[in-house]
Amino acid sequence: MPAVQETIDQVRSIDVDQYKYGFETEVEMEKAPKGLSEDVIRFISAKKGEPEWMLQWRLDAYKRWLTMTEPAWARVSYDKIDYNDIYYYAAPKKNPAPKSLDEVDPEILKTYEKLGIPLREQEILAGVEPQSRVAVDAVFDSVSVATTFKEELKKAGVIFMPISEAVREYPDLVRQYLGTVVPVTDNFFATLNSAVFTDGSFVYIPPGVRCPMELSTYFRINEKNTGQFERTLIIADKGSYVSYLEGCTAPRRDENQLHAAVVELIALDDAEIKYSTVQNWYPGDSQGRGGIYNFVTKRGDCRGRNSVITWTQVETGSAITWKYPSCILRGDNSRGEFYSIAVSNGMQQVDSGTKMIHLGKNTTSRIISKGIAAGRSENTYRGLVSAHRKATGARNFTNCDSLLIGNECGAHTVPYIESKNASAVFEHEATTSKISEDQMFYCQQRGLSEEEAVALIVNGFVKDVLQQLPMEFAVEAQKLISISLEGSVG
Amino acid sequence: MLEIKNLVVQIEDKRILNGLNLTVNKGEVAAIMGPNGSGKSTLSYVIAGKEDYEVLDGEILLNGENLLEMEPDQRAAAGVFLAFQYPLEIPGVASMTFLKATLNAQRKARGEEELTTPDFIKRVNAAAQQLEIPKDMLKRALNVGFSGGEKKRMEILQMALLQPSFCILDETDSGLDIDALRIVSEGVNALRSPDRAFLVITHYQRLLNHIVPDTVHVMHSGRIVRSGGKELALELEANGYADYRDSEAA
Repeated sequence: MPAVQETIDQVRSIDVDQYKYGFETEVEMEKAPKGLSEDVIRFISAKKGEPEWMLQWRLDAYKRWLTMTEPAWARVSYDKIDYNDIYYYAAPKKNPAPKSLDEVDPEILKTYEKLGIPLREQEILAGVEPQSRVAVDAVFDSVSVATTFKEELKKAGVIFMPISEAVREYPDLVRQYLGTVVPVTDNFFATLNSAVFTDGSFVYIPPGVRCPMELSTYFRINEKNTGQFERTLIIADKGSYVSYLEGCTAPRRDENQLHAAVVELIALDDAEIKYSTVQNWYPGDSQGRGGIYNFVTKRGDCRGRNSVITWTQVETGSAITWKYPSCILRGDNSRGEFYSIAVSNGMQQVDSGTKMIHLGKNTTSRIISKGIAAGRSENTYRGLVSAHRKATGARNFTNCDSLLIGNECGAHTVPYIESKNASAVFEHEATTSKISEDQMFYCQQRGLSEEEAVALIVNGFVKDVLQQLPMEFAVEAQKLISISLEGSVG
Repeated sequence: MLEIKNLVVQIEDKRILNGLNLTVNKGEVAAIMGPNGSGKSTLSYVIAGKEDYEVLDGEILLNGENLLEMEPDQRAAAGVFLAFQYPLEIPGVASMTFLKATLNAQRKARGEEELTTPDFIKRVNAAAQQLEIPKDMLKRALNVGFSGGEKKRMEILQMALLQPSFCILDETDSGLDIDALRIVSEGVNALRSPDRAFLVITHYQRLLNHIVPDTVHVMHSGRIVRSGGKELALELEANGYADYRDSEAA
């Protein structure tokens, strides 16, 4: 049929090369020697001015990692990674630890300007309150180059700073919580991260404090052949609240680059953490050349009673995504939520989902996952919901919907359910649909172009999840999804 | 206004339209009647530009413009509107959002300004009231969970908003109870104007009691086999399509 043929032709001609953040910044970088060894780890630790315990922690992780093998259960395939062909540390040579924005290399400032990330704290004009303010921590390859609104947040008692700084300034807090949600031994990539992590954000919200603004971290991989090993640790003390957002981009390159992050969230009694991600790493070109390997371990611990952790993710980038933001529902009455939109196009491979581990009584969780596959991509939802023996009254609701665009992509749903408590109630719904030619014709008959019709139908499909994002990011995410799917339908 | 000359159409090697000729003038309401499988719905899809149909011969002109060279959205902007027999569901997209997106897309294609939100809402509310469409229906996802009657009313609402010059109603009466039929017909009659033409496709005479046509055409085996005034519909109602079937067999 002509319509199908046209779809195939258009899908073939897709350039994932519409990626708009693929430029490179020319700055002189200082790097660790290529490859991974104890010496490289000592080099990183020394660069960060870390105390001895931190170095020891890293070295222990490294020893452990040497005994581990890379996981192979995900529905993704890629050439073997040579871990000795990667730079584990790269930082701008000029002033790697600037005290203020004035000390930051202007080229780097320009980079963030181009990316649309505000690094200057807007001055408050007389009588005019800015509508919404977001504090930003900007991580460039292996170092944080700027963190905004630090002083103002400090007044509220909120600590928001690069984790390497926190290791020096708040060693007790870091030591108390680091690795308690994602243990050093957790998995191959998390252990690797524990050995070589460079920068990421540290957040501490004191008891009873509602964080006065959105916090965000913006990750940029710039240097080639360099891995980024982000480490983020967020602690919401009793009765506190924080909303945090991360964004990611990288230049367009022909080789693959590794991003192996670990994110740990801890919510104590009555605390709430909202963690949102807009992931737009370089996805590779239409032939599957290049792109980021996004192998990430994100986990939240609802440690206290009545605590809440919400993960919201919009995933459009990366050549390969391997990512399962999870919740350990330890405190009684705690709640975990996972809202996800995963878009794949071109040759992208996504294996993503969540784990909801119910340990405490009357714990509840909710999973809403929307996968959209176009081009020749493969998009898998993989999720675990489990109730342990003491998790009386545990409840979960899961809804996984997949939308296919074209005939050469795949969507897969792999749910695991384990219940050791008879009172647990788990519900699972899943649908797979295709944008039908009839729907397209209906929209076009009313005057919408092909692109407008796809955008409208896709936006309807992901609406439940977009609503979970903070307003200003929801608009961005909506645009990003449309751009990612440009030219994918006939 | 609409001129169809010697239209020959097939789908997957099956001939559906066999040299169909039809003219509809400005301000005219033309009814097309015919038994199942005579090609009525195919005709409406081909005018609106649905893919999968292969046009082997003939032309379709709307005000002298060749529709067959246009994409469906261009035809819409040129004034073609098809009220579907089975309107499609668009999950997660509020009817209001859909209406606004389509109206502005057509305005843009014609080089007109987009409507402001208050102007748009005023127009929707006025049109919805006439079709007895409650406001909460406009907030629901388009056609999702709508009854047959609600779907058809939503089609007419879109027609009223988009103000097309050539409207095709494909079996709009199917699945309607008597009250819904009245509301829908009144909605259509309100849109009758000297500048607008209608092609009303129906199986039964019933709809034509409400939307009284100027001309009636009988379609069979992909051709117009007889044309006449509104009384032709009554004759068909009395005698059925048997005559035409026999003539085909003979």
